[in-house]
Amino acid sequence: MPYPLRRAAAALLVIFGAITLVFLVLYWLPGDAATLVAGENATAETVADTRARLGTDRPLWVQYGSYLGGLAHGDLGISFGTNEPVAARIRAQLPATLELTGFACLVAVVAGVVFGVVSAVNQGGWVDHGIQAAMLFFTSMPSFWLGILLIMVFSVTLQWLPAIGSGSLVQLVLPVACLGLAASGKLARMVRNSVLDVLEEPFVTTLRGNGLRESQVLYTHVLRNALIPVVTLLGILVGELMSGAAVTETVFARQGLGRLLVESLGVKDVPMVQGVILVVSILYVIVNLLVDLSYSLIDRRIQAAA
Amino acid sequence: MSATGDGATRRMPTPPLTRLRAARPARSRGRVLGLTRRPPWALVLPALVVAAMLACAIVPDWIAPFDPTDMDGDAILQSPGAAHWLGTDHFGRDIFSLLVYGARESLLMGGCAVAVGGLVGGLIGMVAGYVGRAVDMAAMRLIDIWLSVPDILLAIIIATALGSSLRNTILAVGLVNVPRFARMMRAQVIALKAKPFVAASRAIGSTQRVVLFGHILPHCLSPMLVMATLGLGNAILIGASLSFIGLGVIDDRPDWGFLLTQGRSYLTAAWWFATFPGLAITALVISVNLLGDALRRRIDPRLRPV
Repeated sequence: MPYPLRRAAAALLVIFGAITLVFLVLYWLPGDAATLVAGENATAETVADTRARLGTDRPLWVQYGSYLGGLAHGDLGISFGTNEPVAARIRAQLPATLELTGFACLVAVVAGVVFGVVSAVNQGGWVDHGIQAAMLFFTSMPSFWLGILLIMVFSVTLQWLPAIGSGSLVQLVLPVACLGLAASGKLARMVRNSVLDVLEEPFVTTLRGNGLRESQVLYTHVLRNALIPVVTLLGILVGELMSGAAVTETVFARQGLGRLLVESLGVKDVPMVQGVILVVSILYVIVNLLVDLSYSLIDRRIQAAA
Repeated sequence: MSATGDGATRRMPTPPLTRLRAARPARSRGRVLGLTRRPPWALVLPALVVAAMLACAIVPDWIAPFDPTDMDGDAILQSPGAAHWLGTDHFGRDIFSLLVYGARESLLMGGCAVAVGGLVGGLIGMVAGYVGRAVDMAAMRLIDIWLSVPDILLAIIIATALGSSLRNTILAVGLVNVPRFARMMRAQVIALKAKPFVAASRAIGSTQRVVLFGHILPHCLSPMLVMATLGLGNAILIGASLSFIGLGVIDDRPDWGFLLTQGRSYLTAAWWFATFPGLAITALVISVNLLGDALRRRIDPRLRPV
């Protein structure tokens, strides 16, 4: 089987595994969803009825089977809390999260590459030290704290940008800055090391020996090679952004999958949680699959190894 | 391109003719010592911070000027001053004292979580790497699945499934850390398995257990230690995120992440309330990361930070 197909098959297996894993973890969620759904004053009979209606009284493997059967038809189930189809709710929330993570990814990559390259070029200088310190700060601070600081400075003190809510572009600025900058630290570090590594390779010496200007060596030849490992980090970055989105959405009171997940867990809305995790995992696995495949396209040496 | 020119001259301070030959030794020297030669305060300062926080965790009552549960109705949301160095919260509790008492929670949680991750991950990786074949395949697929749910999301689900308590937060964050340790351990074991000393050990009739625990394992410990130190910062951040979302330790014990959540409601009235808990988390994580970096450079200069 050709490599891309093999990788895709493996990715499918992983998604299936993730579905099963999350299903099992949620099955063991403490407390009874039916009691919550039925309400506080419900009689034991109502609770039992609710349980039968939700289907949580069936044995594990029956529930698992019917869940998989539904998935095969693209049916993610019905929310325990609001009785609406999970798929519809997720479809409504997905754009907000994609918007946030997409722009944040852009910010992270641009900031990461620029800071990394500037840092590497000035290796050992004060600019390098300054950037490294800033990046260490970004990787080490909780992203929600960064968000809170941004709100305090730009919304409370300066009153330039709205602190909370979602929908308009202005409301996107702070969350994107928060999530993007928090993720850029690792990337900048990687780019910096990568550029320094490539600068040590013999072909750079050859280029310099041939009389190329340093700027040409750096921006045409070194950078192109140095960015290859960065592509790998993209896959990890997307996972981090999706993780971070859950927290960022809470800080900025935005709509989105992350917040939907946290809220659904609070009310034990198992199908909703399952749906969100499923969508996030699929996105994450697909991005990583694309990264893996593009990696061997960008660098032919990898293909030989694979 | 003056920045580029500066960088080039700094990297190779030799006249043009000897450039080529001089390039290598000059760079490799910088690399063995680490990519930048950081001034010693970059090691001393984080060590002091960690030591101070350890002291807070062990004997908080010697350090904190107030009892963390002391509510002073006359000093609600007081700004930092002589009486309350870092101000007071909405109950009139002293924030500095709350932070001092909260250190135990963060350090205990981070340390134990890394220990859980290291033990479980190390065991999986060791068995997978040593036994190989089908066991290795199965273990690595399991790790892939584990990794297919972004880390904070996985921690959120596990923490919810287990319920809120310090022990469960530790488990959740620890389990999220398992894959990295497993992969690292597996790679180590596979590399070591092929070494002549292992063959020699077998040749003199060592049992499998002696080979694995007596000869292979000791060689894996230092990279695992480095990974644990670097993972500690991350564990503390994930734990803080959980508390921030409201899934952490929700009892009366002061917790940095939860303090931040409470402080978030008073951004306009009391900037210090959300600022200092975040600063405490960041200071601890930065310090731990710097120490981890130093340890990594000491133990294995070839390992690159990611």
